Amino acid sequence: MDIGTFRGVMTLLIMIAFLGVVAWAFSRRRKDDFDEASRLPFADDDEEPPRERDKQEDNDA
Amino acid sequence: MSQALEHPTYNYKVVRQFAIMTVVWGILGMSLGVLIAAQLIWPELNLGLPWTSFGRLRPMHTNTVIFAFSGSALMATSYYVVQRTCQARLVSDRLAAFTFWGWQAVIVSGLVTLNLGWNTSKEYAEFEWPIDLLLAAVWIAYAAVFLGTIRRRRTSHIYVANWFYAGFILTIGVLHIVNSAEVPVSLSKSYSAYAGAVDAMAQWWYGHNAVGFLLTAGFLGMMYYFVPKQAGRPIYSYRLSIVHFWALITTYMWAGAHHLHYTALPDWAQSLGMVMSIILLAPSWGGMINGMMTLSGAWHKLRTDPILRFLVVALSFYGMSTFEGPMMAVKTVNALSHYTDWTIGHVHSGALGWVAMITIGSLYHLFPRLYGQQEMYSVKLIAVHFWMATIGTVLYITAMWVNGVLQGLMWRAVNDDGTLMYTFIDTLEASHAGYVVRWIGGGFFLGGMLLMAYNVAMTVRGGARDAQPAARTA
Ligand code: HEM
Ligand code: HEM
Repeated sequence: MDIGTFRGVMTLLIMIAFLGVVAWAFSRRRKDDFDEASRLPFADDDEEPPRERDKQEDNDA
Repeated sequence: MSQALEHPTYNYKVVRQFAIMTVVWGILGMSLGVLIAAQLIWPELNLGLPWTSFGRLRPMHTNTVIFAFSGSALMATSYYVVQRTCQARLVSDRLAAFTFWGWQAVIVSGLVTLNLGWNTSKEYAEFEWPIDLLLAAVWIAYAAVFLGTIRRRRTSHIYVANWFYAGFILTIGVLHIVNSAEVPVSLSKSYSAYAGAVDAMAQWWYGHNAVGFLLTAGFLGMMYYFVPKQAGRPIYSYRLSIVHFWALITTYMWAGAHHLHYTALPDWAQSLGMVMSIILLAPSWGGMINGMMTLSGAWHKLRTDPILRFLVVALSFYGMSTFEGPMMAVKTVNALSHYTDWTIGHVHSGALGWVAMITIGSLYHLFPRLYGQQEMYSVKLIAVHFWMATIGTVLYITAMWVNGVLQGLMWRAVNDDGTLMYTFIDTLEASHAGYVVRWIGGGFFLGGMLLMAYNVAMTVRGGARDAQPAARTA
C-alpha cells in the first residue's frame, strides 16, 4: 500500500469512528440515560430542592 | 478546622486546602507577571542581579500560574466534582493528602531551583530531574485517587465533567513522563533524551497538549459542572458534550506542530499541524456553545449574579482564543505573528480570560459551600472583582494585538535594496506604549485577585465563627 492510499484509508476510518460516536450519542435509545446523567450535578444537593429523591437515600452509609 | 465543618460523606479538607492555595498561588504568579511586565518597560528593575533578572523570573511566572495556580484549581475542583457527582468519598484520604503536600513541595522546590538558575530550558518543563521525579509520583497518586473514586461511585453514570478531568489527568501524566525523559549528569543538570528536531517535536507535542489538556480539557471539566450548577439547570445538550469530548481529545493531539512553523520540522508535519488546528475550531466552539446555551431561559440571572457573569465571560474568551488560535496556526498568518507580542496576547486571552475567569467563578461558587456559608462574605466585591478582571484582560490583550501586528510588520519591512527598514531597537521603542498598557491591565487583574483574597478570608472566618458554638476548638 503506498502512502497516499494509506492516508485515504486512515481518513475514512477516522470519519467512520467520528460518525459512530455521533450516531451513538444521538441515538434515541440513549436519550433517557443521558437525561439522567445530565441531572447528576443536582442529584446530591444539600441546598437546592433535590430533584432526584431516589438517589438521595443511599447517600450516607 | 473544626469538626462541625466536616461533611459527613465527602473529603472536603483536601478541597479546601487546594482551593485556598489556588488563591495564594494566583496572587504570587500574577505579581510575578506584573513584575516582569514592568521589567519590559523599565529594564533597570532587573536590579543587575541574577535572581531578579527577567530570564529567571519569567519561567517562575509561567510555572506558578500554570502548575501552582491552575494546577491547584484543577485539583480542588476535580476532587470536589468527582465526589459530588459520583456520590462517593475520595478513595483514600492519605493519598489525597499526599497529592496536596507533594504538589506544594513540587512547586516550592521548583520555584527555588528556577530562581537559582536550574533549568532544563524546555518551556513549561523547566524543572530539573529530581523535581520531575517527584512530580511524576504525585501525578500518579492523583490519577489513582481520582480514578479510584470514579470506580467506587454510587451512580450508574460517569458525569461528563469527570471524563474531561480524567482525560486531562491521564494525558498530562503521559506527556510529562515522555517529554521529561532526560539523562542526569549532576543533581542540578540533565540533558534531554531526544536530540535536534525530534527534541523540538517532543517538546511541542508536550507544550501544546499541556495547553490542550491542562489549560483546556481540565477547565472544560470545571465548566461542565459549575456552569450548570450556578445557572441552576442541566447542561444544554448532554449528547453534544459527548461528541465534544471525543472530538476534542482526538484532534488536539495532532496540532502541536503549529508551534514549529518554518523550522527544521518536516514540511508535512507543519501542514498537518495547521490542518488539525483549523479542525479544532469545531469541537472548541461546540463546547463553548454548549456552555452558553445552558443559560438559555436564564439569561436574566446574569444581571444579578456576578459569579455567573465570570463563568459566561470566561466562555466568551474561550471562544475568542480558540478562534484566534486556528487563525494563527495558518502558516501565512504565523509568519507575521510568530515571535511577536501577538502570541503573548493570545496566551493571556486564554490564560486570563478563560482559565483564570472560569477558576475565579468556580471558586466563588465553591468557598461558601466548603465553609458552610450561604454565600460569599460580600457579593458586591465579587461584582467589583468581575469588572477589574474584565478590564484587565481587555487592556492586556488589545495592547498585545497592537504591539504584535506592529512588530510583525516592522520586522518584515524592507527597503528597495533589500535591507531591513527598521532596526530591532526601533521595534522595541514602538512597543513601549503597549507594554505600559499591558502592565496597567495586569495591575487591574492582580488587584481583583487581592479583593478575592479578602473576600475569601472573611468567608472562611464566617465559617469558623459559625462552627464555634458547637465545638470550641477552631
Ligand atoms: C496579572 C496577570 C498577568 C500578567 C501581568 C502577566 C504577564 C506576563 C508577561 C509580561 C509575560 C512575558 C511576555 C514576554 O516574554 O514578552 C508572560 C508570559 C506568560 N504568561 Fe503571563 N501574566 C499574567 C497572568 C498569567 C496567567 C494567569 C497565566 C496562565 C494561567 C499566564 C501564562 C503565561 C504564559 C504561558 C506565558 C508565556 C507565553 C509564551 O511564552 O508565549 N499569565 N506573562
Ligand atoms: C483551537 C484552539 C487553539 C489553537 C489552534 C491554538 C493555536 C496556537 C498557535 C498557532 C500559537 C502560536 C505558536 C507560535 O507562533 O509560536 C499558540 C500559542 C499558544 N497558545 Fe494557543 N491555540 C488554541 C487555544 C489556546 C487556549 C485556549 C490557550 C490557553 C488557555 C492557549 C495557549 C497558548 C499558549 C500558552 C501559547 C504559547 C506557547 C509558547 O510559545 O510558549 N491556546 N496557540
